[in-house]
Amino acid sequence: MNEPSRPSPEALLRSAAQEGRGRLKIFLGAAPGVGKTWEMLTEGRQRREAGVDVVIGVVETHGRQETEALVVGHEIVSRRAVPGGGQGAGEMDIDAILERRPQLVLVDELAHSNASGSRHPKRYQDVEELLATGIDVYSTLNIQHVESLNDVVASFTRVRVRETVPDGILEQAEIEVVDIPPDELIDRLKDGKVYIPHEATRALAHFFSKSNLTALRELALRRAAQAVDAQMLEHLRAHALAGTFAAGERIVVAVSEQDHAEGLVRAAKRMADALRAPWTAVHIETQRDSNFRDAERLQLADTLALASRLGGSTTSIPAASVVEGLHAFSVEARATQIIIGKSSRSWWFEKRHGSVVDRLVRTIGDVAVHVLPAGGSSVRRAGQPARHPPRTSSRWGKPADYVWSLLAVAAVTVSGRLLLEAIELGNIALLYLVPVMFAAATFGLRAGLFAGLAASLGYNFFFLPPTGTLTVNNPENVISILVLLGVAVVTSQFGARVRAQADLARTSSRQNAALASFSRQLTAAASRDELMQAICAEVARLLDVRTVLLVPSSAGPYLSAAFPPEDRLDQIEIAAAQWAIDNEQPAGRGSATLTASDWLFHPLRASSSSERGVLGVLGIAREDAGAPLRSDLLPLLMSLLDQASIALDRMALEEEHLKTLAAGERDRLRSALLSSVSHDLRTPLTTILSAAHEMKRNLSLDLATTIETEALRLNRFIANLLDMARIEAGALPIKDEAIDLLDAAAGAVDDTRASLQGHAIEMEVAPDTPLVRLDPVLLHHCLINLLDNAGRYAHPGTPITIRCLRSPDALLLSVIDQGPGIPRGQERRVFETFTRLEGSDRARQGTGLGLAIVRAFAEAMDLTVEAANRDDPQGACFTIRIPARRIIMPIEDGELS
Amino acid sequence: MTIRNKVLVVEDEPQIRSLIQIAMARTGHATSEAGTAHEALERLRKDQPDVVVLDLGLPDRDGLELVPIIKRNTSAALIVLSAREASEEKVAALDLGADDYITKPFDTDELLARVRVALRNRSARGSGDPVVNVGDVSIDLPERKITKGGREVHLTRREFAVLSQLAKFPGRVITHQQIMAQVWPNEAERHVEYLRVLVRALRQKLETDPQRPQVIGNEMGIGYRLKMDSNPAA
Repeated sequence: MNEPSRPSPEALLRSAAQEGRGRLKIFLGAAPGVGKTWEMLTEGRQRREAGVDVVIGVVETHGRQETEALVVGHEIVSRRAVPGGGQGAGEMDIDAILERRPQLVLVDELAHSNASGSRHPKRYQDVEELLATGIDVYSTLNIQHVESLNDVVASFTRVRVRETVPDGILEQAEIEVVDIPPDELIDRLKDGKVYIPHEATRALAHFFSKSNLTALRELALRRAAQAVDAQMLEHLRAHALAGTFAAGERIVVAVSEQDHAEGLVRAAKRMADALRAPWTAVHIETQRDSNFRDAERLQLADTLALASRLGGSTTSIPAASVVEGLHAFSVEARATQIIIGKSSRSWWFEKRHGSVVDRLVRTIGDVAVHVLPAGGSSVRRAGQPARHPPRTSSRWGKPADYVWSLLAVAAVTVSGRLLLEAIELGNIALLYLVPVMFAAATFGLRAGLFAGLAASLGYNFFFLPPTGTLTVNNPENVISILVLLGVAVVTSQFGARVRAQADLARTSSRQNAALASFSRQLTAAASRDELMQAICAEVARLLDVRTVLLVPSSAGPYLSAAFPPEDRLDQIEIAAAQWAIDNEQPAGRGSATLTASDWLFHPLRASSSSERGVLGVLGIAREDAGAPLRSDLLPLLMSLLDQASIALDRMALEEEHLKTLAAGERDRLRSALLSSVSHDLRTPLTTILSAAHEMKRNLSLDLATTIETEALRLNRFIANLLDMARIEAGALPIKDEAIDLLDAAAGAVDDTRASLQGHAIEMEVAPDTPLVRLDPVLLHHCLINLLDNAGRYAHPGTPITIRCLRSPDALLLSVIDQGPGIPRGQERRVFETFTRLEGSDRARQGTGLGLAIVRAFAEAMDLTVEAANRDDPQGACFTIRIPARRIIMPIEDGELS
Repeated sequence: MTIRNKVLVVEDEPQIRSLIQIAMARTGHATSEAGTAHEALERLRKDQPDVVVLDLGLPDRDGLELVPIIKRNTSAALIVLSAREASEEKVAALDLGADDYITKPFDTDELLARVRVALRNRSARGSGDPVVNVGDVSIDLPERKITKGGREVHLTRREFAVLSQLAKFPGRVITHQQIMAQVWPNEAERHVEYLRVLVRALRQKLETDPQRPQVIGNEMGIGYRLKMDSNPAA
């Protein structure tokens, strides 16, 4: 972990924070030696002289003096030593450049591949990062390194370069074509002015033919023109100038696991550019996919990744056959052009099955079908095996299959011999159909044919006259033998198809079941934390990996869930996670960025319609520190990530929604409070003020009493406001104190004398009522508010009853008035804050706070309170229910005497 | 004929000070005033008041700190003024030696009644009337003789202990802790529920209507007092 190559997370974080991209200028050449580097350095010097802060990131002068002369005077950022060394002076030191923060960096050879252990495998990725931090970059590139032209160039130069630059890079760059006539270039080559690596000399001799150079030059000029075109188009698009697109062209390219599929993808890209059409690379999963070897899976994944790099969308859909799947997809995608490769299958195979191309053309109506030759074989990449080794198990089956087939035939032969006396010869031939069909249906074509052969031999030898020989006397019997073989062929075909469908269905249902259970687990999560933990646990279980989930924050990503539990990650992992968040791309082991990390991080993106961006990043790693994921599990991971993102997005949405609701509720309360305060404060204040004014002129006891009453009312209201504020602040210290309910009732009656004037109080609290354990102050306030409320609504002159009853499991303390009662159906609503019930007499003066306080205080003490109506006499009854655990058992007299 | 007593009002709100002063003057007491703890201590030394009315919320010092100082250095009766919610504060002040408390907002009649009780208890200290009468209940502490409506009432040892605590300072609030400290010498045995049960038993024996206690009043969350205000003779 202490290698010098370890990328600096700080630099990454810093870069991520920067806004505004730098501009890229590419000096594009048709071939090495046209003078791209020279041109770049010259222009760099001009910029420097114009006052721009220019440094050289990396320049290969290849010892040429004219080029070296231009380097002099430029500040050069020294290169980073590469572990293992060997590769010249080392790689461009991206961290040093980010540290130095020039305005413009000169970076030679954009297509260069970095030494392993670097932050990015490719130099263009370094450049992307520089651009992302707002630094301008000049770079050089040869046309043969452009991804989409790779095949074309290889087809006529017979040289395939492995270092390619995605077209997307060119499309965002200003392109200057460095052009010299082919003759001049050939002269320069002869003069030894063109640098060619020693080992490539022979291969390159053919490359520099005049016809090749002419073609390359044309390509370069065309590509540059295209880039300008694309930029223009982008501009038009950005400014919503529609109408410049070719109408509705959509291209679908079908890709297979074979290596020539990459050529198809590049061709699709070129066609899409020419037609300015969106395009999709689609892989049709058929039963064959289950037989893929790892290399084939990887090839397929590479091909789809290439399509994605070239700007196409990619998808994989299961179907019974390629034609069926492609047809269904192209209809769904409203494709206008389909590109498929010419099959590399044998002539015989195509005769027997009909070629995919033929059937496709017949099936698909007015869609143009482009069939491209399988061009990959002639320019195959070095180091790749020529042909796949022939499959053994899948076609020929296991030896055991043949043994079973033979045994079945033998069994029929034996039983046939035993039954010979009883049944006719022809029926014995029918008997032989049983083992043949069994073998063909169960073990496939070859085993079926084998069984058919064995059956016909057995039939011939043991039953057909002359028995004991393999000769056939009667020509009719030849037909029996042919029928047996024919049945084997037909049955095996049906059997194989059924089996394959079943296999596919099983795989697919396994995946679907996994996805369904995943989705179920996610739905069950009630909070964000729970959801994240569920995502981690489920992905870990389904893919057999370790998982972590990080959430972006201003202080960098932080770990919010993990399975198995994990509490820290290394700097490099944090850096990779941050990178994945910033770039919305996978990072870490097995991706293109920060591969030194043990973990692979995939961003969880919010749906494009929301503004939440990346919701989190899921990291996966293997217990044994191996590659995080098998390639065939990639589609499953993608589906899981999709579902996880949707679930997280939904949760975020719900939280926002709840916040909005809560804010709405707060606003409602606030305005209710304001109106209540203004009403309930002003009314008594107005009375007090006018009474005091009046008293100055006319000293009267009545006026003084009015002032006193209103002041008390004001006091009660303010007390309630304070109580409510304490409840809402959540700052209610609850005391547990032994309380005599009789004392509590008497105290409350004492304190509400003013509002209970004119009402007799009937105290029905038995002297032997057990003591309870409650907060005396809260209980007191509950009771005075209930009494207050009763005094407000009871008919004048009627008594108010305080009654305590014992139920088996509680004490019920009620305040009962004789008044209009509570409107039907409003028994619960009376306890809501600022509810003043509509209808009849219930809208009398009052704060609307009192009963809400009763409920809040009761709940704070673990009590419940309910409102009900009584009929005889009519009135309201409010009951506080004190549960048994709050009741103190009677105390032995002996203890106290 | 009322004896002219000196009352020191320690309160930072001038309006409340002047109101109290008016009320005191009505009953013939002379008042001096202090707006801060600092002033209060000065007045205390110079004026030698008989009663101090002390607001616990003072600008320069916690009023609670003044309670022991006042009790230690003077023989004045001390009545504290406190906000409604602060029952701990009241208990603390009482346990520190304050004679009584009154809750803001209060009416002046109530304050005057408390002052009267405090003054009486102050003068009763040492000599005093050995027999306390509350309604038709008469409590003769030295003789340990309690009668209700002329008939003798028998109390248990602990009932008497509780009642005697209240009767020593009739009309003054006695905190639960103060009562229990006398009734249960062993601290581990002091439980408010025991006290409540004893008070309930006392009420059964002394009150005419135990559901409307007129002899032993409950001060919610603080303590008990012998109700003297109901006695027209007081």
